[in-house]
Parts: sequence; structure tokens; C-alpha cells
Amino acid sequence: MKKDRRVKPVNRRDFIRRGLHIFSGITIGGLTGLLFSKSSSEEMVWQLDPNICVQCEKCAVNCVLPHSSVKCVHSYSMCGYCDLCSGYLQPGAKSRDTGAEHQLCPSGAITRTFVEEPYFQYTIDEELCIGCGKCVKGCISFGNGSLYLQNRHDRCLNCNQCSIARLCPSQAWKRVPASRPYILRGDESQRYQKG
Amino acid sequence: MRFCSRSAKTVFLLVLCFLLFLPSMNLSQTQERFPKPDFQSGYTRPDLLTPTPRSQLLEYLDVLVLLVALALATYFAHKLRSRRKLFVLMVFSLIYFGFFRKGCVCSIGAIQNVGYAIFNSGYAVPLTVIIFFILPLVFTLFFGRTFCAAVCPLGAVQDAVVLKPTKVPAWLAEVLGILPYIYLGLAVLFVATGAGFIICQYDPFIGFFRFGASFNMMIFGASILLLGTVVARPYCRFLCPYGVLLNWMSRLSRWHVKITPTECNKCRLCEESCPFGAIKTPNEPRYQGSKEKTVKSLAALLVMLPLFIGGGGWIVSRLDESLSRQHFTVSLAEQILLEERGESTVLTEETKAYRASGKPREELFQEAVSIQEKFRLGGWFLGGFIGLILGLKLLNLSVLRRQLEYDVDTGTCLSCGRCFAYCPFEHVRLGLITPEEAAAQGARDPEAREKNENENV
Ligand code: SF4
Ligand code: SF4
Ligand code: SF4
Ligand code: SF4
Repeated sequence: MKKDRRVKPVNRRDFIRRGLHIFSGITIGGLTGLLFSKSSSEEMVWQLDPNICVQCEKCAVNCVLPHSSVKCVHSYSMCGYCDLCSGYLQPGAKSRDTGAEHQLCPSGAITRTFVEEPYFQYTIDEELCIGCGKCVKGCISFGNGSLYLQNRHDRCLNCNQCSIARLCPSQAWKRVPASRPYILRGDESQRYQKG
Repeated sequence: MRFCSRSAKTVFLLVLCFLLFLPSMNLSQTQERFPKPDFQSGYTRPDLLTPTPRSQLLEYLDVLVLLVALALATYFAHKLRSRRKLFVLMVFSLIYFGFFRKGCVCSIGAIQNVGYAIFNSGYAVPLTVIIFFILPLVFTLFFGRTFCAAVCPLGAVQDAVVLKPTKVPAWLAEVLGILPYIYLGLAVLFVATGAGFIICQYDPFIGFFRFGASFNMMIFGASILLLGTVVARPYCRFLCPYGVLLNWMSRLSRWHVKITPTECNKCRLCEESCPFGAIKTPNEPRYQGSKEKTVKSLAALLVMLPLFIGGGGWIVSRLDESLSRQHFTVSLAEQILLEERGESTVLTEETKAYRASGKPREELFQEAVSIQEKFRLGGWFLGGFIGLILGLKLLNLSVLRRQLEYDVDTGTCLSCGRCFAYCPFEHVRLGLITPEEAAAQGARDPEAREKNENENV
């Protein structure tokens, strides 16, 4: 029986099928070739352009991760180390009191440490930062703009379609090569220029 | 508390700052309003840490795992014919590609990257994604859908919940079987126009892999899984767009699994064994007399085919307005119009962001119009495609193919191996029974015996 099947003469149906099989093989081969010509050996990752971002606070909630992959980063090279940091303190705060009620950050992720008179360093605790960008707005509006949002690649799952990117009102997100995974400001923007 | 030396003067200055800079908000993002300090105390500025993404090497590891899993699945299905081994491999794939890799990168979603690369010259598709797209297709072209059997994490999560599969009526299965084609067509239309990746957006299971998704998607995923307990693999059969491509490849596959390792004596033992309704049953050669009629209806359908294609294209190209609204730029332009006409009083984040960007209005509207045109043109293609598929389905239904034995339907069979163990000749192969005993099983069922005898006459 088994043998019978094998020596069965090739009928028309089988012939067409065989032809289509080869045709599909060639199509796949051609498609692969076409794709290779448009390919990059490098992975692409998602990043937001801080120069376009309007700090809508959606980054904090739209990430698929329970704690958004977007965090506030701090370009110390641009920071004025202000005593009255507009990214740290509530607008119109009556004092530079470090009490939580005076802070802009809803999760208390920014710590203020004294450097020397009259300068203060502001440090972001990424474990606490929720990526809402409230401090960023404060810094950009009244300060040097040294605080800004970035997608942190130690956290990001690199979704095929980033769900923040899809819903970003300013369309600030784009795919960038994995070797230049951040869009930085200040002196740090030189970081990826060599390669 | 040395930080708190308050003075009325600084407070006043701060308020002044607010008033001064208020109008310039959002316009300039970086301004050196305060000079960079020169530190006297030897303080050095901390570095901005930039943790790197997952290493390229690991991405290639994924490709390797895919390749090995595909090879193993094929080996288990074709050579060992072992459902148990396929199941174990399936669980592994579920854990690796699903829970460990969190469902990204996946072959189904890769359709969109491939489409995006073809239609959008600015996008370079990563090699790994190409391989994820091509490799299962190549395997299927040779060995059938072994990818679906044990490698695809989406298939695996559904397969794991198949409890009491019921039969979907054939007509309903045919009708629902159109959905994947529409979904595939829409997905390609959306990437071609740059409106986004809808397969990823509506992936029902990604939420389970990541233990979190939007509420609606969680409900959607949960209902599909719930449905999946009684209707085996509903996403695979009635939605999966990659399944369309796999179905085509599998139909043309060089080698495909068979229910029986050797022969079929129509014992009907396997008849109900496939939860996916992928087993073709023998049909009697009853249409001999009406052959002329069949030819006539075939000819009629062939003539109608261009009508189907044209009609479909016309209908879908009319939907350009509602479809293009899914594109960010189009919906933004519409919202701007609404606001300008005073029909929408609340300003959205999107329009606020657009106004702040200072992009000229004309440019935006021109862009929106050109996207709408793309949707109209794409609509013709999508509609034509759907019409073609409908026509071909009807053609297919009107041709009664002679089927002599119980065999898998190569298009829809997922090579899962469930039916193998039902076949007495499989038991012979495993050395559990003798060929004589197997042959006797064919005679056990009176109806089957009758059928057999009829055919032998
Ligand atoms: S969603 Fe866009 S605009 Fe909003 S904070 Fe994120 S990057 Fe900025
Ligand atoms: S790619 Fe995914 S994980 Fe990364 S930021 Fe976007 S939504 Fe979050
Ligand atoms: S039909 Fe689609 S979802 Fe189902 S196993 Fe195959 S590729 Fe995966
Ligand atoms: S291998 Fe058998 S049980 Fe599995 S899908 Fe194919 S026909 Fe159905």
C-alpha cells in the first residue's frame, strides 16, 4: 500500500500543486532577498525625543509595564544647581522646605543634597520615579531644561509596537538603532556621535 | 535645617520668574536661564547613566531557539509522531517565547514589520525579525504547520486550555474562516499607510505573558481563553493573520503529517479526534450524474469572480474616511477642524501639543489628505483581496473533491498530533497490536463496514 502511493503516476492536481510549491518557494526567497536589502543587522529600540515631548504625563500610565519604563533623567552638565529648583519645588512654594507638600514630584523621587553655597544637587531615584514628567515641565518652563524624560532600556521590553508611542499626543517617540538608544541633551548628546 | 534659610526676597524673585517665563512655556525646551556653576569645592558632576538595551547576542539566541524548536517540532510530529513530546515542546515555547520573552518578538507581529519595511523606505527591519517571519513559513512549506503545533506561544496558550472541544458547524467555520483574511488585509493596510501595528495592539494574550494590560484587552484575552475551553484555539482558527500565510504554505507543503502512518481502512476511529475540525472524511462519489451542473456553476462563479473583486474594492475604498481616522495625523487634523469650528470645546492633549509645536496648519492638512488618499487606494486592494478570497471560497465549496480516506486537511491541520493515537495502524507501528487486529478494527463499526463494502463493489 505504502509503495503503491509512491509510484502513483503524477496526476494533474499533483502537478499543479508541485508547481505552486516551487512558486511559493521562489516567492519566499524573493521576499527574503527584498527584505534583506532593506534590513539592518541592528535591533531597533523605542525612544522619545525630549525636544518634542510636551510632558503630557501619559508616559506614566501607557507603558505595558506596571511601573513605566520611562523615567526622568538628569543632565548634570546643563543643570544650574539652583537653590530654587523649579523642577523640585511646587510653583509658588512659600519656602524651600523639603517637606513633601512642597515637592513637585508626586512620588518623592527627587532628593536634594547640598553641594556648596548656593548650589544643590538634585538626584532622581528611578525606583520611585513614575515617569510623569511633572518635574520636567517645571525645569523646562523655568529652569535650564536639564531634567527630561527618557525610555530606560534596562526596563523597557522593547515591544514591537510601543503602546506609549501609539498614544503620545506629540508623537515624540520613534524607533532608534540599539547602539544609539538615547536622545540626550547637553554635553551627553555627544555620547553617540563617535560611532 | 540649614537649607531652609528663607527670605522674602527669594520668594519674590521666584514669583517674578514665574511671571516672566510663563508665556515662553513649551516654546523653547532648553534655555540656559541659570549659568552653569563653577564649583569651588572640588565637586564633580555625576554621570548620566544610559543602560544599554538587551544585547544583540541574546536576540540571536532567540533566533536559535526558534530554529531548534521548529526542527524539534517537525521531528516530533513527522518522525516520532508523539503528541506527548509535542506537548512538552509546546509548554517550553509558551514559557520561553511567552512568559520569558514576554511575547515580543513574534512571527505574527513580524508581518507588520515586514510590511512596514516594504512600504516605508525609512524603516530598516532588523534581521532577527525577518528571520522570525520567514523561518516558520519555510518550515511550513516543507512540513506543514509544525510551528503552530508546538512553537507559537499564542497557539500554545490556547492549546493549554482546550478542555472540552465542541464541533463548530462546518458552515460557521467557513464563514468565520474569512476573518483572518480580513484581519491580515487590514493589518497590511494599516502599516502601509503608517497608521500603526494593529496586530500588536489587539494581541489578546500579551497581557497574560506580561501579567498586565489595559482592562479591555484583559477582558478580551480572558474571553478568548474562556471560549477556547470549548472551541479549540479560536484565535488560531478565526483570527490569526499569520495563520493565513501558514495555511497557504501548508496546503502546498512537500510533506505533511498524516493521521495514519501507513494505511487507512476507514474504521472511523479518528473521525472525531481533531478538536480543530481539520479531518477530511471520505465522500461517496455521488455527484457523477450532475457533473454538468457542477461545471456550469463553476463557470458562473468564475465569471463572477472579477465582480467580487471589483465590488469588494469599491466597498472598502468607500470606507477610507472612517478607516483613516485610525491614523494619528488624520484624527489630529479632524480634531483641529472641530475645534476651529467651535464644535469641540475641550482642547485635547494632541491639539495642544500640535499647536505648541508650531507646525504650519497647511502642512498638517496636506499630510492628512494624502494619508486619506492612501487609504482609498489601499481600500481598493484590501476590498479586492477580500472579494477574491470570498470568490475562491465559494469556488472551493462548489467543487466536491473526491476523498477516499480519512486524512488531514493540510491547510487547517496544525500538525498537533492528537489524532495519531486514534488510528489502529499507529498502534501497529508502535508494536501494540498486530496488523491483523488492526484490520479487524475496520470491520467493527457496522456503518463503516457498509461504506467499505459499497466502495469495494
Ligand atoms: S506621551 Fe509623549 S508627550 Fe507625553 S510625556 Fe510621553 S513622550 Fe512626552
Ligand atoms: S516599548 Fe513597551 S515596555 Fe518599552 S516603553 Fe514602550 S510600552 Fe513600555
Ligand atoms: S494559527 Fe497563528 S496563533 Fe495559532 S499557532 Fe499558528 S501562528 Fe500561532
Ligand atoms: S494533527 Fe490531527 S488532531 Fe491535530 S490538527 Fe491535524 S488533524 Fe487535527
